Formats: sequence, structure tokens, C-alpha cells
Amino acid sequence: MDARVTNQPLLRVEDLCIRFYTLRGVVHALDEITLHVNTGESVGIVGETGCGKSITARGILRLIDPPGRIVKGTVNFEGTDLLSLSERDIRKIRGSQISMIMQEPKMSLNPSMRVGKQVAETLMVHDRSLNKRAARAQALEMLAAVAIPDPGRMSRRYPHELSGGMAQRIMIAMMLVTRPKLLIADEPTSALDVTIQAQIIDLMNDLIEQIGSSVLMISHDLGVVAETCDRVIVMYAGNVVESGRVTDVLRDPQHPYTQGLLKTLPDQVDADDVLFSIEGTVPSLLAPPTGCRFAPRCPHVMERCRVEVPPITPLSSDHDVSCFLHEPG
Amino acid sequence: MAEITAKDALNHDEIRRLRLDARRRYLRDSYVLWRRNPITVVGTLIILTLLLIAAAAPLLATHDPYNQILAERLLPPSADYWFGSDNLGRDIYSRVIHGSRLTLMIAILVAITSGPLGLMIGVVAGYLGGAVDEILMRVADIFLAFPKLILAIAFAAALGAGLENAILAIAIANWPGYARLARAETLAVRNSDYIQAIRVLGAGRLRIMFLHVTPMCLSTLIVRVSLDMGAIILIAAGLGFLGLGAQPPSPEWGLMVSDGRNYIVDQWWVSTLPGTAILIVVLGFNLVGDGLRDILDPHQRQS
Repeated sequence: MDARVTNQPLLRVEDLCIRFYTLRGVVHALDEITLHVNTGESVGIVGETGCGKSITARGILRLIDPPGRIVKGTVNFEGTDLLSLSERDIRKIRGSQISMIMQEPKMSLNPSMRVGKQVAETLMVHDRSLNKRAARAQALEMLAAVAIPDPGRMSRRYPHELSGGMAQRIMIAMMLVTRPKLLIADEPTSALDVTIQAQIIDLMNDLIEQIGSSVLMISHDLGVVAETCDRVIVMYAGNVVESGRVTDVLRDPQHPYTQGLLKTLPDQVDADDVLFSIEGTVPSLLAPPTGCRFAPRCPHVMERCRVEVPPITPLSSDHDVSCFLHEPG
Repeated sequence: MAEITAKDALNHDEIRRLRLDARRRYLRDSYVLWRRNPITVVGTLIILTLLLIAAAAPLLATHDPYNQILAERLLPPSADYWFGSDNLGRDIYSRVIHGSRLTLMIAILVAITSGPLGLMIGVVAGYLGGAVDEILMRVADIFLAFPKLILAIAFAAALGAGLENAILAIAIANWPGYARLARAETLAVRNSDYIQAIRVLGAGRLRIMFLHVTPMCLSTLIVRVSLDMGAIILIAAGLGFLGLGAQPPSPEWGLMVSDGRNYIVDQWWVSTLPGTAILIVVLGFNLVGDGLRDILDPHQRQS
């Protein structure tokens, strides 16, 4: 944890519930999520595919499209509740205060627009008085900052002419050129080659430190989270099951799901080893199990787990777990 | 700071060369596909001829298209009057030549009014969805429920006869097809990642619709408009024939066919020759349209 980290919450999400009203029924995608990001802090969200990580990110920016709906909760950013803002006001926050790097860099750039123009556009969206020239100059500076060689010429390329790594650099430039206070990174490296992943992560960390942004990093790669984040939030089937300092949670996981997740990581690979896997599959969120959602797969399951929802129990000042095994008293 | 990989650092001249190569190959393949289909070649030649005739009309015409010599009315084709003369003693050849300009003007004006109109309505309907989509598309359905010619006649009659009103009427009858097309394209791109990305950046609906969605609809729309050219010309001639389009004495082909219809039995050339001009030009546009669809179809390029 570095010196910038404060205990001032920049973002506080409380009881956020998001549901999708589909023809097959109501999907309980997020069920009363509570989390926070302090100023200057990097927080990781980990969990399997479909556990609600990306939905959380989109919910924070209020980018949930029908049939999805934010049913209840608050998203408090620097003292204002984003969920109660008008469409016009939330737009002012998006991109300038909170940005999001997306998963598929090549798909996330407009294929018919030169990349330099796309970076400049971020600036022009938020500052109408800015003329094209000034925006372009700033965009070029930003391209240089994300280590794009010969920004002047690269800025005239179209996305399909770039490699995945280059495209992700452009994406990072687009999202950071406005110096946002919070950067949400939605699996920024999972679409990239392993060799480039480290570069992109380093680059992101460098820039974030320069700008002084806080980060909410979504990933299913525990290694990336361990390396870059201060705190980690473990999600399962639309619930937060455990949260705390990265060192605490990853070294001494308390929730059976987190323990399982860590066991699935292949350590020193031995060719004869069978990889560990958690039995069963993620429950359908159309009809989530009553009680603890992990109960059907849990090795320590008790009778009451199938009936009651375990409350969030603080283990220490900054380590919470939601499991009956750790009920106080 | 991160290093630059070899893959990323492809030399710029290399990239430029590859880009030029790809473009050249595309053009060459297009040419091959064009040549392979003789019907497309014929269509292209017809359109090129039409353009040349329209450009050089005053040079090609042998007479003043408006000059009436009543003593020489209804003369058969001869060395002096190549296509004969009409009921007011005007040279039909010169009038057909000058009429090519009107035909082109109508086709182009309709294309540049109804194309963008349909595009805008389609993008708005597709992007905003919901009630807006429902209302705009039901209106489009109402328009599409009538044959285009009937609809154009109705609007031309309501607006009053005249070339401008005829163009407007055809444009009004034409937009729903384009709106449907643009809506379909919009639906295909509206949920794509890059639209999401630009929303994350805080862009408003107008910016997204007109700067990020519209360009993606353009290529399909342009093909569709070029396919429609023949039909537009035919409707314009139909309106002229019914007296709802161009007004006398302008040398519009439909109008000329109409002028000659009383003499069709004894002086066949008065109606037939302008009619043939319409036939050839419409045929030309339709042939090119078909060929264009094949040339732009990526599946054809495999072979």
C-alpha cells in the first residue's frame, strides 16, 4: 500500500441491486452489493464469469440497458448519489470523473474513425469550448504518454491496423486523457497475449500513479490483482462473499469459495498433477438458491446455509466475510 | 515505461505499402468482377453515355429544343429531323438530348433528399428504440403500404404540378425503404463494444447517433440508393406523363411520351423515341445496380 492511499471513501456502493427482467423470468444479477474504493486506492474485484463483476462496473456508471434495471441501492461518488443524478449530469461524470477501460480493445474502438480523433473526442465531449487543434495536441501528448511510437503518424491509423496491445494503449489513452478520479478497468488484459499483459499493466499503473486516480480493477486473474491492488473483493453469483486487504484475503482466505478459488491456481506446475476445480457450476440467477448462494457447492455446507443468508461478518478492521463459519460467538 | 514490441513497431513505410497494396488489390478484384459480367459492362456503358450526352447536350443537339415551327409539325424521321418532329414542330432528337439533363437532375435530387432523410429517421428510430422507434416505423409502414408510384402521384397531386413538387413527392415516397435499412444497420451496431465505450466517455445521444452510428450505415445505403435509381427515373417519367411532373414546354421524357399519345397510330415516333430513351436509361441503371451488388458482395471475392 503506498502513501497516497487514504481512508477517505471516493466511491461507496451500498445495497446495489440489479435485475434483468427477461422473458424467462427475473435474473437477480446483483444482490445487495456493498463495496467502497478509497481515494488513491486500487481495489480488485475477482470472481468467475457471470458472477456480476462487469454488471457492478456498469451499474456504477449507470449504463444498465433494458431489460436490466437498478432496483435499489446507492452509488455515492464524492458525496453525490450517482443514481439520483439526471441523465445530463451523469454524462458529465462519465469519462471525466469516472472512466472505464473495456475488455476487448479492438472492438471498443470505432472502426471507421482514426484513433487520434477518438482520443481527441473524449476531450471534446466534455469541453465544448475546446477547439479541434488543441484537442488534437492534447491527444498526441497522451498517445506519447501511453508509449505509442511516432504518435503523429500512429494517430492517423484506423483500429484494424493496430495490434491488440496497441489498441489497448489507445483505449487507455482515451480513458485517461481527461484525468479521471476513478478508473474502472474491466479485465483490461484478458484479451491480450500473455507477453503484452504485463506491459499494459505496468503502463496503466505508471499512468495511474502520475494522474493520481483510484482504480477498480475487475479481473478473474488473481495474479494481476495480487500484484496491482491494495484490497480485493471476491464475488460469487451476484454477492460479495469476502473482502479485505489483498495480503490478508489471498494469504489467509476465510470464505470456502475464496479458498476454492485459490486452490484452482496451478502452483509449480507438475505435469502429472490434476488441476483442482470447484465441484458444480454457478447457480442460475433466474432462480438463485435460498440462503447462501454458494451452499450447493460448498464443502463445509451446514443445514442453515440452505435456508438463511449469511450476514457480512467483520473478521478484523478491514476483512469481511459472509459465511456462517465465521459467525461471531 | 513499457517497451514496444516488434509486432507493434512495424515500420511505417511497410504499413503504408501494405495499405496501398490492399487497396490496389481491391480495385483489381472489383475490375475483374465487373468485366466477368457482360451485363454490368453494358449497363455501365449506358450510364456513361447518358452522362456524356447530358454534359454535351448543347453540342449534340441539332435544333433548339423549344423552337416551334408549326409548318413542319409531325414530320417523320429524316436527315434534318433525326427523330422526326412533334405536334408543335419541335425537333424530337434535340429534345431527347436535352431531356437527359432533366432525367439526371431528378434522379440525383431525389437521391440526395430521400437518402439522408431516410438515413436520419432510421438511425434515430433504431438508436432510441421504444416509443420513438414504434411511431417512426409505423409511419414508415403506412408509406410502404402503398405502391411507390401511387403514393408519388398522390403527393404530387396534393402539392401541385411542377418539377420541384414531383421531385419532392418521389422523395417522400422513397424514404421509408432507406429508413428501414438504416434502422436495421443501427440495431446491429448499437450494442457493439465501441458504442458502449463512447457512452462510457459521456457522449450524448446526438453525438453517438450522428458521429458514430451514421457512418456505419452509409455504405449499405449508398448501394441501395444506386439500386433504386432506375425506379426513381421511371416514377418521374410516370408523373411527367400524367401531367403532374415537369410542365410543358420542358423536354422531359415522360411528358413527351404523353404529348405524342394522340398520334401514336399515324406518327409513332413522337411517343416511341422518348419512350425508348426512358427504357434504355432505366435498363442501364438496373443492370449496373445488379452488377454493383455482386461487386460489393464479399462472398463473390473468394473465387
